[in-house]
Amino acid sequence: MATTTLSKPALQPKGSAGAAPNRRPKTPLSRILATVIVSVLAVAWLVPFAWATATALKSETDAASTPISWIPASGFTLDAFAKVLQSGNIPTWTLNSLFTSAAITAITLVISASVAYAISRIDFRGKRMLMGVIVASIIIPPPVLIIPLFQQMQSLNLIDTYWALILPQVIHSPMVFVLKKFFDQIPRELEEAALMDGAGRLRIFTTIVLPLSRPILAAVAIFVFIGAWNNFLWPFIATNESSLLTLPVGLQTIKSAYGIQYAQNMASALLAALPLIVVFLFFQRQIIRGVATTGLAGT
Amino acid sequence: MSTARTIAPAARSQRSRRDNIHGWAFSAPFLVFFLMFLVWPMISGAVMSLTGKSLTGANSGFIGLANYTEAFADSDMWRSLGNTLYFTLISTVPLVVIALALAAIVNMGLPAQWLWRLSFFSPFLLASTVVSLFFAWMYNPELGLFNDLLAKLGIPPVAWLNDPAVAMWAIVIATVWWTVGFNFLLYLAALQNIPQQHYEAASLDGAGGWRQFFSISLPQLGPTTVMIVILQILASLKVFDQIYQMTEGGPGGATRSIVQYVFEAGFTGYRLGYSAAISYIFFGLILVIALAQVFITRKRSA
Repeated sequence: MATTTLSKPALQPKGSAGAAPNRRPKTPLSRILATVIVSVLAVAWLVPFAWATATALKSETDAASTPISWIPASGFTLDAFAKVLQSGNIPTWTLNSLFTSAAITAITLVISASVAYAISRIDFRGKRMLMGVIVASIIIPPPVLIIPLFQQMQSLNLIDTYWALILPQVIHSPMVFVLKKFFDQIPRELEEAALMDGAGRLRIFTTIVLPLSRPILAAVAIFVFIGAWNNFLWPFIATNESSLLTLPVGLQTIKSAYGIQYAQNMASALLAALPLIVVFLFFQRQIIRGVATTGLAGT
Repeated sequence: MSTARTIAPAARSQRSRRDNIHGWAFSAPFLVFFLMFLVWPMISGAVMSLTGKSLTGANSGFIGLANYTEAFADSDMWRSLGNTLYFTLISTVPLVVIALALAAIVNMGLPAQWLWRLSFFSPFLLASTVVSLFFAWMYNPELGLFNDLLAKLGIPPVAWLNDPAVAMWAIVIATVWWTVGFNFLLYLAALQNIPQQHYEAASLDGAGGWRQFFSISLPQLGPTTVMIVILQILASLKVFDQIYQMTEGGPGGATRSIVQYVFEAGFTGYRLGYSAAISYIFFGLILVIALAQVFITRKRSA
């Protein structure tokens, strides 16, 4: 390692401390070529964002005029954003998404961490079976459950409530598995000492195990939050009431309502995209590490 | 565990009883949700699939396997199942190959790693509705970027989402843009876990970049690739959102997925029992594929 580090010290990228990139010596030509290819692709990847932004900043007339152009004839305007925000629903939907996703994430973390702790640490009868059932349940695709879940929510009178949005979304079996694997690595001695001192299980769990597990809890939280924030099918079925819709479902109704108002469509899409993109810019490293550690957990 | 041995049998059994109570107490919150929102719907869905139940609650009497025999003779069911498998096939290949290629290039020691990860991964954070709005607009026949590009290359316009022969591919393009960054991140993490010594030894032996990629990186990525392919197939089989939002399954049912057929049978057709039966057929398909994969991976590692 020492030699490669010495030969290319300038290539140490800032901001990627955890994941050391490949530092093997390369001919400059192939690295330049790779940079060019990746740059072209990265620009291509940004085109949908850029085109949506360009459209959202046009008047409806300019957005719908041919030949199409990145620069509108009558100049850029914030009209579309103003109209979309005035119609009032996007802020409500954002709050709904924020609230339900946060609640789903919180409940998921609490119930998954505690069952994972029990399976990892406590010797109780039936635990192998419990783990087996949880792992087996990973195979059940959520769409299979939508019809009976809808029935269930209907008979509990919970359709068009936050409960219907939150409760069925808190079971993430792969995450139980991820957490259990992490807890398995925490040295038992730490707990044995506390047990000897007469500390209860709950205290050990909350004051020793959970604080030591912050990175994995963050990773699970990120993964669950993104999934909940973007979930479409279940919220689409469980809510009709406009004031209760989450952002993704609300956008779908806007699309049908606005029809051909392209600038307003793009302005709404961008406003809906904004919260997670901003969060991502701030927590990029944590999010990427979180996805990389939990991403393969599904199997 | 030297302490455990000195504990008297009575204390020991007391301890194991306490462990039983604690163990189930810690598992209880999860278990309650698990039973209510996973196990129970699985059971009630199976029961419902044996009834003629409608969305209005009428006709909840048992009709045996009539829903299943009807479904197996239902050409729309087969068509949406076929569409789903077609989508899975033509989306999984690019979602794995492009992700691997991107990760391999970015991992060549390029500067500004964060910029590439940001570019390729950020679409994954978008809701399906946002992606669908972006792409439906770019696929617009007269005002869209895609046809504009084709026109500049002298190619006649394409009715992206309205041509039955093209629509599924248009959806795959949008899907690749949206989710390839996820597999890309997984590959990047796996590539960075390959010990440097392998490459150093290879380059001492005179192996070039391509040679190193094919004889070191690719074999080392084997287990990751198997996992990514499995996860991708299972994810693609569940496709609903972007298709429903961009084409509503059209034109003429050419892109309708099985999940959409379940949804429509239940909520447009009002036939909950029939819809539950189709979702169980879909579940059966997932099970078969999952078991086949377990079998294949076992055989390979044995």
